[in-house]
Amino acid sequence: MAHLKVPVTSRDHVQGSESAEVTLVEYGDFECPHCGRAYGVVKQVQVHFGDRLRFVYRHFPLREIHPQAEAAAETSEFAAARHRFWEMHDLLFENQQALGLPLMAESAEALGLSAAELREALAGGQYASKVQADFLGGVRSGVNGTPTFFIDGERHEGSYELAGLVSAIELRVSRVGIRRT
Amino acid sequence: MAQILARGAPAPEFTLPVTPDQTLSLSELRGKPVILAFYPADWSPVCGDQMALYNEVLPEFKKHGAELLGISVDGAWCHAAFAKDRRLHFPLLADFEPKGEVSRKYGAYRTKEGFSERALFVIDPRGTIWWSYCSPIAVNPGADGILEALESLPRAAEPVTR
Repeated sequence: MAHLKVPVTSRDHVQGSESAEVTLVEYGDFECPHCGRAYGVVKQVQVHFGDRLRFVYRHFPLREIHPQAEAAAETSEFAAARHRFWEMHDLLFENQQALGLPLMAESAEALGLSAAELREALAGGQYASKVQADFLGGVRSGVNGTPTFFIDGERHEGSYELAGLVSAIELRVSRVGIRRT
Repeated sequence: MAQILARGAPAPEFTLPVTPDQTLSLSELRGKPVILAFYPADWSPVCGDQMALYNEVLPEFKKHGAELLGISVDGAWCHAAFAKDRRLHFPLLADFEPKGEVSRKYGAYRTKEGFSERALFVIDPRGTIWWSYCSPIAVNPGADGILEALESLPRAAEPVTR
């Protein structure tokens, strides 16, 4: 069983409260079609659990098979530096079919960010080290493809369809509950 | 699951086709750590993920001076097409004739199915197996075990080169 080696910190992109009952970490790639499907599933999982769940997204771009993945990850970091990570995350996944520099620039503008600054940041690799740090932490933690999920630090081995993820998270919550009582 | 060679065993020597007209011998890599990744087949979904992952992690392996070799029973032309399609930057060796002979030497052959196990070996610069791991056939073993094994190699073993 693989375990998350890099704890969730303030450097992470987090939705939900630190005091949530359970934390779901995803290692994803904006160009990966499976991650594109998982994107919608995670949204449903978040609705299902509400405040009980904290969700964290980390980068795991498979650059050789997904030529846009690195630039997309850096684009989301560009947005993150301007407090717009999750909006960019959503725009990139929702328009995955059109993923490319024009979409990234348009998405930046849609969020009121400068496309020129984005191009400069991408050309200079300004956010490359953050993406690489996520990637290497993922490798260390036994991420073996995308998407890979960790539920409270344990790699989720099953399906990432809605039912599979929900039941795995429920199981985790119930175990924690038993320990607390 | 087959019983694969364990830590401390000498890594069996082999010479296998690495392209349709070139061969590679393990002994040519003496002095460097070598990662052998036996896998069942080109093109099968899990393998694609596993080799794609190693392709991305290759720079980390190289930081340890290590060479990565993928090995399956597919022929050299099949490997060439697979490597091109997936843009792999490391060699794939063809354990094709006699079929599976090298995989058998490492205890990493599934006789019934006729292909290699999903087995990993890290061989130290002197040619001794330092770490090995056999994954369930349908499970991509990731790269964390390989990196930990490379990190645990004694530093003194490094300057063996000539």
